[in-house]
Amino acid sequence: MSAPALPRPAAAAEVDVDLASDASLRRFLHGLPGVDQVGLEARAAGLGTRSIKTTAKAWALDTAISMVDLTTLEGADTPGKVSALCAKAMHPDPGDPTCPRVAAVCVYSDLAPVAVEALRGSGIHVAAVATAFPSGRATRAVKLADTRDAVEGGADEVDMVIDRGAFLSGRYLQVLEEIRAVKQACTAADGRTAHLKVILETGELATYDNVRRASWLAMLAGADFIKTSTGKISPAATLPVVTLMLEAVRDFRLGGGRQVGVKPAGGIRTAKDALKHLVVVSEVAGDDWIDPDWFRFGASTLLNDLLLQRQKLATGRYSGPDYVTLD
Amino acid sequence: MPTDASAAERIGRLEVRKTYKLYVGGAFPRSESARSYEVTDAGGGFLANAAMASRKDARDAVVAARKAFAGWSGATAYNRGQVLYRVAEVLEGRRAQFVDEVSRGEGLTRDRAEQTVDAAVDRWVWYAGWADKVAQVLGSLNPVAGPYFDISAPEPTGVVAVLAPQRSSLMGLVSVVAPAIVTGNTVVVLASERRPLPAVTLGEVLATSDVPGGVVNVLTGRTAEVAPWLASHMDVNALDLSGAAVAEGVSWSALEAAAAENLKRVVRPAGTGGDAVEPDWWPTPGLERVRAFVETKTMWHPKGT
Amino acid sequence: MPKFQYAPAPESRAVVDLKPSYGLFVDGGFVDPQSGTSIKSTSPATEEVLAEVAEAGAEDVDRAVRAARRAYDRTWSRLSGAERGKYLFRIARLIQERSRELAVLESLDNGKPIKESRDVDVPQAAAWFFYYAGWADKLEHAGLGPNPRPLGVAGQVIPWNFPLLMLAWKIAPALACGNTVVLKPAETTPLSALLFAEICQQADLPPGVVNIVTGAGATGQALVEHPDVDKVAFTGSTAVGKQIARSVAGTRKRVTLELGGKGANIVYDDAPVDQAVEGIVNGIFFNQGHVCCAGSRLLVQENVAEDVVDRLKRRLATLRVGDPLDKNTDVGAINSAAQLARITELAQAGEDEGATRWSPACELPSTGYWFAPTVFTGVSNTHRIAREEVFGPVLSVLTFRTPDEAVAKANNTPYGLSAGVWSDKGSRILWTADRLRAGVVWANTFNRFDPTSPFGGYKESGFGREGGRHGLEAYCAH
Repeated sequence: MSAPALPRPAAAAEVDVDLASDASLRRFLHGLPGVDQVGLEARAAGLGTRSIKTTAKAWALDTAISMVDLTTLEGADTPGKVSALCAKAMHPDPGDPTCPRVAAVCVYSDLAPVAVEALRGSGIHVAAVATAFPSGRATRAVKLADTRDAVEGGADEVDMVIDRGAFLSGRYLQVLEEIRAVKQACTAADGRTAHLKVILETGELATYDNVRRASWLAMLAGADFIKTSTGKISPAATLPVVTLMLEAVRDFRLGGGRQVGVKPAGGIRTAKDALKHLVVVSEVAGDDWIDPDWFRFGASTLLNDLLLQRQKLATGRYSGPDYVTLD
Repeated sequence: MPTDASAAERIGRLEVRKTYKLYVGGAFPRSESARSYEVTDAGGGFLANAAMASRKDARDAVVAARKAFAGWSGATAYNRGQVLYRVAEVLEGRRAQFVDEVSRGEGLTRDRAEQTVDAAVDRWVWYAGWADKVAQVLGSLNPVAGPYFDISAPEPTGVVAVLAPQRSSLMGLVSVVAPAIVTGNTVVVLASERRPLPAVTLGEVLATSDVPGGVVNVLTGRTAEVAPWLASHMDVNALDLSGAAVAEGVSWSALEAAAAENLKRVVRPAGTGGDAVEPDWWPTPGLERVRAFVETKTMWHPKGT
Repeated sequence: MPKFQYAPAPESRAVVDLKPSYGLFVDGGFVDPQSGTSIKSTSPATEEVLAEVAEAGAEDVDRAVRAARRAYDRTWSRLSGAERGKYLFRIARLIQERSRELAVLESLDNGKPIKESRDVDVPQAAAWFFYYAGWADKLEHAGLGPNPRPLGVAGQVIPWNFPLLMLAWKIAPALACGNTVVLKPAETTPLSALLFAEICQQADLPPGVVNIVTGAGATGQALVEHPDVDKVAFTGSTAVGKQIARSVAGTRKRVTLELGGKGANIVYDDAPVDQAVEGIVNGIFFNQGHVCCAGSRLLVQENVAEDVVDRLKRRLATLRVGDPLDKNTDVGAINSAAQLARITELAQAGEDEGATRWSPACELPSTGYWFAPTVFTGVSNTHRIAREEVFGPVLSVLTFRTPDEAVAKANNTPYGLSAGVWSDKGSRILWTADRLRAGVVWANTFNRFDPTSPFGGYKESGFGREGGRHGLEAYCAH
């Protein structure tokens, strides 16, 4: 039995924008409101001072765990490594069966079939990176073939990278068309559709204005999720960038578009970081995004810190590395 | 087993002697040349062996100073002031050790050495209080004849190589190091050749006072050997020649000529004509040494709807 | 109710050692008042009595001024600037060391959120002492001549909105320049000043250099009118400021006044809109709007007004009003029943004059003094809520069509303390700043304070500057 289908967004009028050329896209994207760096970072820092205690903390830790895309994306990955990761995904804390499961496992596309098999019947999604992850430097044909492999291999989520070179040189139409083409390739021969996350690689985009523009471009092109980073370069996800992307998805929907999810990935190592992100989701985008269908954490070491914090809340004692498992 | 019990009693408790090394990049390495030299007190008696820095140590110190520049110059002036005040707190706590090193090294009475150390700490505090004020005194808003906002602001020049005074081993030392770093420069300081011990202890104070590694780097050794390498280094932005006065085998004009290759900003030693003398460090200075190591950036911006 | 509910996150009161009563701090020690009367200081969030403080009468004020004069003549004016500076450095360090205690006490006494007293009030107070400590031995570089001399004894009266910070703004430069002080904290918020007195003792500050006389309006008047006070510094309402200006007329007393305001926050159509919304919120709801430089008038360009106000309302829904000691509280209690009555009356006037009133849904506690953040749209310059200082969490929204009109409306007030300008275009910001008759202009930010940055008003918002090199001028003879 395959993973349950993700809820399809209700058909809604897309924002009214002329998507026919670089020039018209540039007019639209460059006409979006500017972002003041100091102000944005101050807002994110302010939200980061929220103090989450006791019952709120317990709820938030469980919610964060249920939003984790447990990830391994190494050249040295093997079927054994992926199977171990999937076992952890299904039972994060062997000592505590009340611990929620993660949302998904995220692997390279050629190992998707291994994950699909290991997770069969669990309800946990299989996300595969594709499109010449992480650099995105390959021909369209190669990227689409990579996507089809992932989907045929059983992945029900695809995390693609945008072509940053095209974006930074102003070839917005190329970026848009590539996302659309990948989205089309996300429908398998048997009719299954994988949801598409579009990685912006915000660290390479460098300015917040670019992050806002890339977010809108991805949403206009049909992204189901916008994702901050590949996790392979620094800086990866930061609280200000995530705040900005949540503003973008909020405004996109308010402007008549559909709901789009957000996934920060890379750089979120501690439970404290994760809780700050949940505060930002709640106060910037709102309740509709407090849901694993609309917000995910791309992480590997984060899960263990969430478990350690969970253990402390449950027992009142600080825990240690011997009490969480290696994946 | 000692046959003469009273001789053993006379020896009593053996003190654990301090080793004097270089202070580079926040750590205390020996010279890469593994050399050292004897430091004597004012009467010629043995004090310690100090590391004898080589040109490679100087090279490494410049690299460390360059690496630390972005962080130190990018910190807020308030932060630099806080760090420098913290240095003064730790200096004060080490008073006894400095009094000892200064009195023995310079041949001062205990009283005079205590006054000297007190004055050095107060001098440091004076400079710490300048960190968040220099811009207000050296900068300006310029009333240009046009619809432009026009501002001139002081910025640190970069890596400053300092030849510390030969005679005044603490008071003179702080009077040449503090003004360079207060505005955000990083420093490679070559200590007094014959009286280097307070400089190394100052390094220890800096290492324990929240000063990031590489902001100040302390080299000990022969001035004539190391100074030319600093003076000619193309990644050093400024040069303070105070320690060229009363230094064996050192021609300050040759050092200044070497510095011309990348147009370093040069602070000449005190004196007239070709002479180089060591000045009296006690009177409260003005801003000359701070000014010497800042650049002025002027920016224009139109005003209009 | 949002899905993510924050549980109570109270900061502990245990760090504060509240005494049941406090005397006056005169000549280095705490003394009973000769007046024999006292005032109760209450918590505006719970209405509980926190402590009793002395009410200084005329004889008490006289005693304090004489102590300040003695300390000036015999000790303080004979110390070198470097030594004066070292005392101030010590005080700055002590404020840092006792920062949690000061922050909790401030929130208890004033009603402001602990998040603000912890992150803004107390750190800024320490920073002011650090900054002015460094000037004490550098006065010849301040542009005030080769040998600036102190004035003598300064009488200083401060308000209740930033009790400790206003104390720092007054005492630090006065002492740095060599003056001694007698300071009267506000009637409703005396406690952090009394803790500061303890800090002076811990710093071994010579007796009489700082004196704290608690009391109400009459105490302040006695201090300001005392013949042996050389310098008067006042922060408070414009009405009282004018009284003081009248009372020093014909004397040789120097005076600086930092008074009320009705700051305009100008939002152009090319503003970075999400940050502008934050700036609007910060401008009027920070410190419950009890800020002389609050951005209490939003002047938004008409072609984006609806969008900006919609975003603002959505943003206000996440503001948390409640217990000042809860670390998640954004908006705390109104400082007193009297102030609450004034805010309520003016807000009612706003409705009566035809503006449209809106507040986010807000559960207010049943005891204490509370007012929900309130936005009035459809406001015009003739409305009382556009002209009078409310000093509460009430924003009046007006529109403009062109930059000239924005500037004209912003300047159309007897006040002139602060203004905000929001635009992505540098030249427009600078053009606008040039034309605003306000002592502080914040561009793409709001309510930013720094000891190096001079602060003060134009017109009826007062005269004189606090902060920066300019802040020394008030305390030196020339």
